[in-house]
Amino acid sequence: MASTIRVRATANGDTTEVQALIQHPMDSGFVKNAKGDLIPAHFIQQVTFECNGKSVFVADWGTAVSKDPYVKFSFKGGNKGDDLKIGWVDNKGQSDTTTAKIA
Amino acid sequence: MTLNDNQFSPTRRLVLKGVGVVALAGLGILRFGAMPAFAAANDKWPEEAFKQKNEVDAIKALYGKTAEASDKVKLDAPEIAENGAVVPVSVTTTLTDVTSISFLVADNPNALAASYIIPAGTMPSVANRIKMAKTSNVTAIVEAGGKLYSATKEVKVTVGGCGG
Repeated sequence: MASTIRVRATANGDTTEVQALIQHPMDSGFVKNAKGDLIPAHFIQQVTFECNGKSVFVADWGTAVSKDPYVKFSFKGGNKGDDLKIGWVDNKGQSDTTTAKIA
Repeated sequence: MTLNDNQFSPTRRLVLKGVGVVALAGLGILRFGAMPAFAAANDKWPEEAFKQKNEVDAIKALYGKTAEASDKVKLDAPEIAENGAVVPVSVTTTLTDVTSISFLVADNPNALAASYIIPAGTMPSVANRIKMAKTSNVTAIVEAGGKLYSATKEVKVTVGGCGG
């Protein structure tokens, strides 16, 4: 299966800008389906970003984060070619990880 | 939001242990065994804060203190969001020593939308997309040097993002 995580990490001088897009329904638990039944909450709780074994960013998400979440941040200390490891875990215990090279 | 314990199955814990060890090892947070199952599975995710209905309680649950408004926190959000399901918001700050950034939507069923941990070396700047049930104040909280600073902006929503 293709990864649910799409990442673009670009080094610019001494800072690395990271943009991540994750495929996930992010169901809030407030929305009803066509039959009028509530769709149970199903959302990513935590996303971790690691570069060279060091945590550079952690996202704690609630149900109010949009479907197919997007996040952008930048950090210092990444170099071209370094590995950036990204992983998420949702409230049903599903998870995915990917590793991206900083460009 | 209904989160009941049985949604967090034993499989979840197993998966978490696998992922968690890899993901959290660098942070030195490895205290699975002795903790109750539920807490262990959510070792770092601030469940209580995400459960709070209103903004003040959510901030208290997350940080245990109150925030003061600061013009050093720049919250960028649209005046009018046509679609409440996808509202792009971002925050930057000139404050130094930032350890965390959070987004709250006052009139959502649960006020806390997202909370980010900013380790040393990471820029105090985050952009993301959140859902808004209706027109509401959006607040960004920046934790810097152990203190909380905030910026608030009203975003008008024409179509809500929670139910319909």
